[in-house]
Amino acid sequence: MSDRPLLEVRHLRVEFPSRRGTLVAIDDVSLAIEPGEVLGVVGESGAGKSVTGAAIIGLIEPPGRIAAGEILLDGRRIDNLPPEAMRQVRGREIGAVFQDPLTSLNPLYTVGRQLEETIRAHLPLDAQAARARAIELLESTGIPAAADRINHYPHQFSGGMRQRVVIALALAAQPRLVVADEPTTALDVSIQAQIISLLKRLCREQGTAVMLVTHDMGVIAETADRVAVMYAGRIAEIGPVADVIHRPRHPYTVGLMGSIPSMDGGQEQLAQIDGAMPRLNAIPRGCAFNPRCPQAIDRCRTDRPELIKAGASMAACWLHEQQVSA
Amino acid sequence: MSATVPQAQAPREREIDSPTNASRPLVEVDHVSKVFDVSAPWLNRVIERKPRQLLQAVRQVSFNIARGETLALVGESGCGKSTVARLLVGLYRPSSGRVLFDGHDLANIQGDSGLALRRRMQMIFQDPYASLNPRWRVSRIIGEPLQVHRLIEDPQAMRARAEALLTQVGLSATDADKFPHQFSGGQRQRISIARALASEPEFLVCDEPTSALDVSVQAQVLNLMRALQKTRKLTYLFISHNLAVVHHVSDRVGVMYLGSIVELAPKARVFSAPAHPYTRMLLDAIPDISMSGRARTPVGGEVPNPLNPPTGCAFHPRCPHATPRCRSETPLLRDPGDGSLVACHAVEENRISVVA
Repeated sequence: MSDRPLLEVRHLRVEFPSRRGTLVAIDDVSLAIEPGEVLGVVGESGAGKSVTGAAIIGLIEPPGRIAAGEILLDGRRIDNLPPEAMRQVRGREIGAVFQDPLTSLNPLYTVGRQLEETIRAHLPLDAQAARARAIELLESTGIPAAADRINHYPHQFSGGMRQRVVIALALAAQPRLVVADEPTTALDVSIQAQIISLLKRLCREQGTAVMLVTHDMGVIAETADRVAVMYAGRIAEIGPVADVIHRPRHPYTVGLMGSIPSMDGGQEQLAQIDGAMPRLNAIPRGCAFNPRCPQAIDRCRTDRPELIKAGASMAACWLHEQQVSA
Repeated sequence: MSATVPQAQAPREREIDSPTNASRPLVEVDHVSKVFDVSAPWLNRVIERKPRQLLQAVRQVSFNIARGETLALVGESGCGKSTVARLLVGLYRPSSGRVLFDGHDLANIQGDSGLALRRRMQMIFQDPYASLNPRWRVSRIIGEPLQVHRLIEDPQAMRARAEALLTQVGLSATDADKFPHQFSGGQRQRISIARALASEPEFLVCDEPTSALDVSVQAQVLNLMRALQKTRKLTYLFISHNLAVVHHVSDRVGVMYLGSIVELAPKARVFSAPAHPYTRMLLDAIPDISMSGRARTPVGGEVPNPLNPPTGCAFHPRCPHATPRCRSETPLLRDPGDGSLVACHAVEENRISVVA
């Protein structure tokens, strides 16, 4: 491995044309993931976190399209690959885990057949070896009696077990990056903890990097090395997970952290951010957060802030530039 | 905690059947069970010789809610917490046992005689997209309870009341003319709250009211609910799977597993010294946002199929402390000595310490 990041997203812009004009779902997003690193991406509904993940695995629903920027995997551009070449990258080099395990599995095929098909599509193995590998994968995800369960259909598995199968599928070809979009949101807390520790363990063993998209800051705190906080299609703040959680720099992150009910203190009142995230067709000028920001200054209403160094993190906020120059 | 009266007096008070006795609990749930018939259709049962299948969603649940108190019920999917919520507002009838609201049996809640009782309790549902009629204007949605309970007949007065309620929940009076689709999820949940408050109820059953909301919007709704509780002296039953939210809102917590309450205790006790192994497991499973790096015992297994529950203690297949007794004998709720209730043989036999 060189000093080059495994994945690099540069100035990505994703647009969705609609009857009422073009909606910009992702606006000038840049991020990088190192080999073996877990990058968390958090944000509220509509912040663009899932679209960022979809762009990386080349699965943006038309008419949505990447309008600008580039995505590089190991230095090679993958955002402009023809569909067939992208199919090879997806699965072989980038695995995907989605929120709902039922829709990511084909209900008409046994899980064994789906696993073997994926393995043989990407690895030079014969049918027997592929089957052995499939059983091994199911065992590694903690499915009991894997040799029997391999002949079962998805509906014969519980939600947690299905998500284990999906993780086995994503890791079948030993990809170097897994994009996991809300992998535990549909699951109960006790199952969520199992799936998170499974994903963590398998990726550590194989040295797989993970982009973990979720709205749950708790999951991020437990899993990620670094975290990107998204707001209205932009990155508001990105940095090491402990810094973002304990020393948030962007006023939005400060509000977000304050609004999470905590288990330690008996706070009477949760800190709340008034208002709601703007719709994509009404993103304010300047900083997208300025109408809700308690610290907004005139400049926030006119100029859009770039990511500026703030402590160990980077925050897209003019307040930090003042501190640097002062 | 409101605990308006010493425990010892409660039985004596119960003898005097005074409906507005302020010292008795507002809600009393007495050994309530709910069984659903989930059998295949009759013809299939005959042809395919399938047996009748009964699902025991709630078994022998008892608890009280004092006036002004917030009781939270937590548990994973399928533990019966939403069924309890519906039993408490009369949307389901118990298969056995009874629910008393201010001394009145909810078995008589249907029909005109129950109308006065129904006015005093309302429910807030999880999904604000499904619980508001998309074809009604907000003023009509909020006015419906007023109309049903014949509280206000005059259209203009009703309109004024709807506008007042909207401002109370942090929306604008002009929103009364809009349709639900013009609002975000958090705003819709505010409309649901305004509708629930319209008939001036004393008791609100909130079934996962913030689960469909983003965390910053959830904070707004939780703050609003807390403020309303103070000003209107409301009593809440709060159903949630999110323990952090429960920790924030509740006075007492009931933990449910497969249709039964396994632990019922004041909030501080549940979170600082959980007794039942399932409660400990649930608390352990919460992602640790403070990143204190505490050691976590790995959680094993899944919730069993409620159609075929385990024998004895329903939690025994996942419990690290299970013994042969746990596999054969169902534990009953007992007081381990601090006024709380725990259904666990291991706790009763002092095999596991109550203090965490």
